[in-house]
Amino acid sequence: MSISMTEAAAKHVQNFIAKRGKGLGLRIGVRTTGCSGMAYKLEFADVLSDEDLQFQSHGVTLLVDPKSLPYIDGMELDFQREGLNEGFKFNNPNVKNECGCGESFQV
Amino acid sequence: MALLQISEPGMSTAPHQHRLAVGIDLGTTNSLVATVRNGISTVLNDEQGRAMLPSIVRYVDAQKILVGEAAQRGQNDDPFNTISSVKRFMGRGLADLGDTSRFPYRFITDSNTQTVQLRTVAGAKSPVEVSAEILKELRTRAELSLGGELVGAVITVPAYFDDAQRQATKDAARLAGLNVLRLLNEPTAAAIAYGLDNAAEGVYAVYDLGGGTFDISILRLSRGVFEVLATNGDSALGGDDFDQRIFCWLLEQNALSALPASDTRLLLTHARTAKEQLTEHNDTRITAMLSDGRVIDSVLSQTQFHEMSNNLLQRTLQPLRRALRDAALQVADVNGVVMVGGATRMPQVQRAVGEFFAQTPLTNLDPDKVVALGAAIQANLLAGNRGADEWLLLDVIPLSLGLETMGGLAEKVIPRNSTIPTARAQEFTTYKDGQTAMSIHVVQGERELISDCRSLAKFELRGIPAMVAGAARIRVTFQVDADGLLSVAAREMRSGVEATIEVKPSYGLVDADIARMLQESGQYAKEDMQARALRELQTEANQLVDAVQNALLQDGDLLTNTQRAAITAQLENLQTCLAEHDTQILQRAMTALNDATVNFAQARMDKSVASALSGKKISDLDI
Repeated sequence: MSISMTEAAAKHVQNFIAKRGKGLGLRIGVRTTGCSGMAYKLEFADVLSDEDLQFQSHGVTLLVDPKSLPYIDGMELDFQREGLNEGFKFNNPNVKNECGCGESFQV
Repeated sequence: MALLQISEPGMSTAPHQHRLAVGIDLGTTNSLVATVRNGISTVLNDEQGRAMLPSIVRYVDAQKILVGEAAQRGQNDDPFNTISSVKRFMGRGLADLGDTSRFPYRFITDSNTQTVQLRTVAGAKSPVEVSAEILKELRTRAELSLGGELVGAVITVPAYFDDAQRQATKDAARLAGLNVLRLLNEPTAAAIAYGLDNAAEGVYAVYDLGGGTFDISILRLSRGVFEVLATNGDSALGGDDFDQRIFCWLLEQNALSALPASDTRLLLTHARTAKEQLTEHNDTRITAMLSDGRVIDSVLSQTQFHEMSNNLLQRTLQPLRRALRDAALQVADVNGVVMVGGATRMPQVQRAVGEFFAQTPLTNLDPDKVVALGAAIQANLLAGNRGADEWLLLDVIPLSLGLETMGGLAEKVIPRNSTIPTARAQEFTTYKDGQTAMSIHVVQGERELISDCRSLAKFELRGIPAMVAGAARIRVTFQVDADGLLSVAAREMRSGVEATIEVKPSYGLVDADIARMLQESGQYAKEDMQARALRELQTEANQLVDAVQNALLQDGDLLTNTQRAAITAQLENLQTCLAEHDTQILQRAMTALNDATVNFAQARMDKSVASALSGKKISDLDI
C-alpha cells in the first residue's frame, strides 16, 4: 500500500514548507464529511504521531493515518493550474463517485 | 474536480466551507490583491503574471470600461475619460483640490454630497465609482484565482485618511460587491506582513516612501496587541522626486531647457530607469534621442546621485523625529524598522534609515507588495480561517476631535493619536437661564478657535428641562469605531433626553491639509492661547453684563439715581470694551463694573435675607 505525488506537486510542497519556515511534511487523510460522504484532508504536518505511516515521494514526507490509507491507497497527488487558479488534485483510483465540485467523494 | 490547498494542522475545512478572503492595497498609482494560500500570504497575479494593477480607469463609451494597463494606454489620447490617481479625490470637495487646472479632468460638484465628480463620456462619475471599477477588477481576479466567491476583503488606507475618505473607500468596496471585513491602515498591514505580531512585544517604525507620498508610523506591540502610537509624514515627497532630481541633472548636463511634453516624459522615464539601475550598479549610462534629433548621453554615478538627492532623504528624517516625539519615544526604544514602498529599494534610503535608527531595516519582503500581503493575513483571520491565536489591531486618529463651546472655542474630547476604537465622554452645561436646547458642533483639528478647525457636523439636543444656567448636566460621548468612523451622542442626565449623529462628513481633508493643520497648531500656539484667553474673558464679561442687567431689572428700586447712574456708566463702558479685543482693557472694565456693584449686591442680599426671614419666628428657622 502506498501513496505518491508528482514531481510538480513535490516542488510546490517543498516551496511552501520553506516559506512557512517549519513542517515535517504533508499530512493526507480522509474525513467522513461533505455532500458525498468523504472529504480529503490536506495539511502541513508539524508533529509525527506513533501510528502515522510515512511515505517518501520526490523528497517530501507524506504522512497518512492507518484508517485513511485504504480510501486513498494508490493515490497520486498532483499540482495543477486551471486558468488563474492553482492547487492540488487527488488522482485517487478508489473513487466511485464525486460530488459536482469534487471536494467530496464516495468509494 | 476542485483544486485543494494545504491547510494548517487541524484547520482543514469541510467541503464548500472554505472562506475565501483577500487583502487589497488600493493605491494611488497601483493596486494589488493578495490572499493566504497554503498557509502563505501571496499576491495574486493576472493572466500575464503581473501583480500590480495600475489604478487607472478609462471610460471608452457609455458601456465599455477599461481598467489597469489597458486604460493606461489611453492616457495620452483620451485624457478626459482616463482617470488616474483617483485616490486623491476620494471623499473630497472641489474646494479641497485647490488648483484643478493641474489635473486634466472636467470636475463638477455633486449637489447632494458636495463631493467632486468627473465628467466623462459615460456621464458624471464620482471617485467612489471610479475606485469601485478598480476594486471590481481585483475582485474578478481574486475569484478566478481562488475558484470561488469571496467572503470579504480587508482594504488598506493611508493612516492619515479622515472619516470622509474612509467612508468613501468603504462605499467603493460595497459598490464593487465586496464585503469589507475591515479597513486597515497601510503601515499596520506592513507590520503584520513581517509577522511582527509573532514577537511578544516591541516598538516598530514603518517607513513608507511611495511614488508621491511619505508616511512614517510608530507601532507598539504588547501581549500580541498592535497599537499605532503616532503617525507623521510628507504628502508631497516620494520616489518621483528622486526621478525629478536626475531629470534636472540631465537638463543641466546637456544644457537643455523648455522641452516639449513628450521629451520631458521620455527623459523622466530614463531618469527612473537610471535610479533603478543605481540600486544594483555603481554607475549607469543614460542615452536618449530627443524629438529634435539631439542625443543625450550621460553617465551618472551612485555617488553623484546620492549627493543630488541627499536633501530629499533628509526631508524624510524630520517627520521621523516628530513621530517619535509624539509617541514620547527615543530612537533607542525602536526594536525594528519596516520598509514599505518601491522607493525604499534605493540603497541610500536604506542606509540613511539604518543610520537614524542605528539598526538594519527589514527589507526582505517586496516593498511594493508588503501592504497587500499584510492585509491578506488579516483578511484570512477575520474570515475565520485562523482561530486560536487571534490578535487585535489598534490604529490612531490623525487629528483631535472635539466640539464648540461658548465664545467659538474648540474643546477637545478625543486628543489626536488616541488609539481606536475609542469612546470618551465629557460633561457640558447650559449657558443661559431656562435654556432648553443646545447646539452641538463637532470639529476636527488642533487649534483653539473653532474658525481654525474643520467642521464635521452639527446637531441639536432639544427638550432640556428649563433650569438656571449651569445646572443642566449634558454628557457628550464621542465614539470612534475600528474603521475610524465617528458617532457623537449628547444626553441630558436628569431628563434623559438624547440626540446622536453619525459623522459622514460631506468632504474630506488631504494629507497636506492635515500636515498643515498640525504645523499651524504648533506655529500659532501662542496666538491661540491668547485668543482663547480673550474669548473666555469675553464670554465671562457677557455673562456679567447679563447678570447686572437682570439685577437692575429686578431690584433697580434699591438704588439711588446716582448709584444707578454709576452702575449704568460702568455697564456701558464694559459693553464698549467687549468690542476692543484686548484682554487687559476688558479685565479693567470688568473689575470696574464689579466694584461699582458691590453695594448694590449687598443691598440685594439684605433684601432677599429680609424677605426670607420676615414674618417668621426664630423657632421656625431651621438653624
